[in-house]
Amino acid sequence: MQKAAELLKKQFASEVVEVMDYRGDTTVVVKPGRIRDICTALRDDPEVSFKYLSMIAALDYAPQSPRFALAYNLYSHKNHDRLTLKTYLESDTSPAIDSVVPVWSTADWHEREAYDLMGIKFKGHPNLQRILLPLDWKGHPLRKEVPQRGDQAALEWVDRKIRPERIK
Amino acid sequence: MERVKPIPQTETMVLNVGPQHPSTHGVLRVEVELDGELIVRADPDIGYLHRGIEKMCEGRTYHKCLPLMNRIDYLAGEVNNFGYCLAVEKLLGIEVPKRAQYIRVIMAELTRIASHIFWLGTSGHDLGAMTPLFYGFREREKIMDLCEMVSGGRMFPLYCRIGGLAADLPEGFVAKAMEFVKEFPDKWKDYDTLLTQNAIWKQRTVGVGVMTAEEALDWGWSGPMARGSGVDWDLRRDNPYSSYEDFDFEVPLGTRAGDTYSRYLVRMQEMLQSNRILRQALEKLPDGPVKVDDPRVSLPPKEMVYKDIAALINHFKFIQEGITPPQGEIYQAIEAPKGELGFYIVSDGTAQPFRVKIRAPSFVVLNATDKLATGRLLADLIAIIGTMDIVLADVDR
Repeated sequence: MQKAAELLKKQFASEVVEVMDYRGDTTVVVKPGRIRDICTALRDDPEVSFKYLSMIAALDYAPQSPRFALAYNLYSHKNHDRLTLKTYLESDTSPAIDSVVPVWSTADWHEREAYDLMGIKFKGHPNLQRILLPLDWKGHPLRKEVPQRGDQAALEWVDRKIRPERIK
Repeated sequence: MERVKPIPQTETMVLNVGPQHPSTHGVLRVEVELDGELIVRADPDIGYLHRGIEKMCEGRTYHKCLPLMNRIDYLAGEVNNFGYCLAVEKLLGIEVPKRAQYIRVIMAELTRIASHIFWLGTSGHDLGAMTPLFYGFREREKIMDLCEMVSGGRMFPLYCRIGGLAADLPEGFVAKAMEFVKEFPDKWKDYDTLLTQNAIWKQRTVGVGVMTAEEALDWGWSGPMARGSGVDWDLRRDNPYSSYEDFDFEVPLGTRAGDTYSRYLVRMQEMLQSNRILRQALEKLPDGPVKVDDPRVSLPPKEMVYKDIAALINHFKFIQEGITPPQGEIYQAIEAPKGELGFYIVSDGTAQPFRVKIRAPSFVVLNATDKLATGRLLADLIAIIGTMDIVLADVDR
């Protein structure tokens, strides 16, 4: 697994922030700026060959700053190993990052989900709109400020046609 | 003199398939744009079954997430719990006893057969083959009975626990499971004779929904979907977990053509391979405890709770406060019946998970609907949704 970390350190020396090993999982923390180049390099390198994107997870570390992070989990069918790429987004108010749909087609829905539930914008995504929630939903429920129960946006959404007078 | 006919104007038509449609396997809506009978665009609309499981997990202790996990892919309930428990155990850095690992494998393979039987029945039914459903449910019922034996639940056994299992196998389980294992290959032949060489079945499936191996990886396909395209990859073999390395089994690849028929062959053969694993696991089932002997991780035995004050206090504290894994983040994937089921868990050192991300196989596979359906007939869309073996609870979470 060190191969991928070394490759990143060599090719993107200024981008790699930290390499972590925990319970056998390797996580490379990178800067968000050149994420698409990093992903392309990891996919196309014949040695590491991460041709498969497992998932993209959006994280909210509020009230810390930087607040938002993304974790990309990659799998290599050549070496049968995994790599987690993690990146902390610069803006706490309007988080945005380059889309990796041109690298892996499967990123399409993963990014839409991250946009829908966490409100992270993906620049260059072909169709960035809500996927799981209704299109007229307000807010991004996976953010930490949204409570477990009694979400006002959810109440208003339910009431919007039945009892419109309850919405101010 | 014959009148000159005007050239008919053609325009596309938008058709709404679902969300209440018998062939969409739940509440899936597909917005299909048609040119005559050819599909120009197929846009799946999901989220009707979104329950916010990932958000709900953040407000519960690790143990209280287990009932939610059962309901991700409800046709293979126990596999989700298995994956989640493995992930939390990885976070804790513990390994469950060998007997528990074997029993988990037995439950996982039983549910895999049940899930594949359900897929065979429903997707066959969609394409006009009624009988596999009735034949298949005969065997599925027996698996449900076995699940009921271990915990009382049929669809949602809720038998796995973090650190092991809820209880040991009940008396008579091994014999009854072995009986199933012995008779299953004969029953399997019933399904095989119905469809594998069936001319109508082949006409509906060969060359429909083609995905090459390269594309399958690009679209994030895993499990039987990828194997039907010739991707020789099975997490049970390539990244063994829970003692899968002890068992001898093959990874079927169908015709490698990447069409619906190939994926049909893969799933059919997988049932037999699961049966093979089951037989080995039942024969080699070791003795010993079924949960780790660590009061911080596993509940004390129920009979001790009634008799011993220390066990009672332990039980109470455990349920109220939960376990506290160390700070860290892990990703654990297992081979679920529908493909790679992954759990990405971030712990901040408290009793509630900081973030649980569920990588559901159905969600990823459904993404490629447009690619598979464009240019095909509307009737092929039904075959394509059928071959994807989606469960909408798994898609929406």
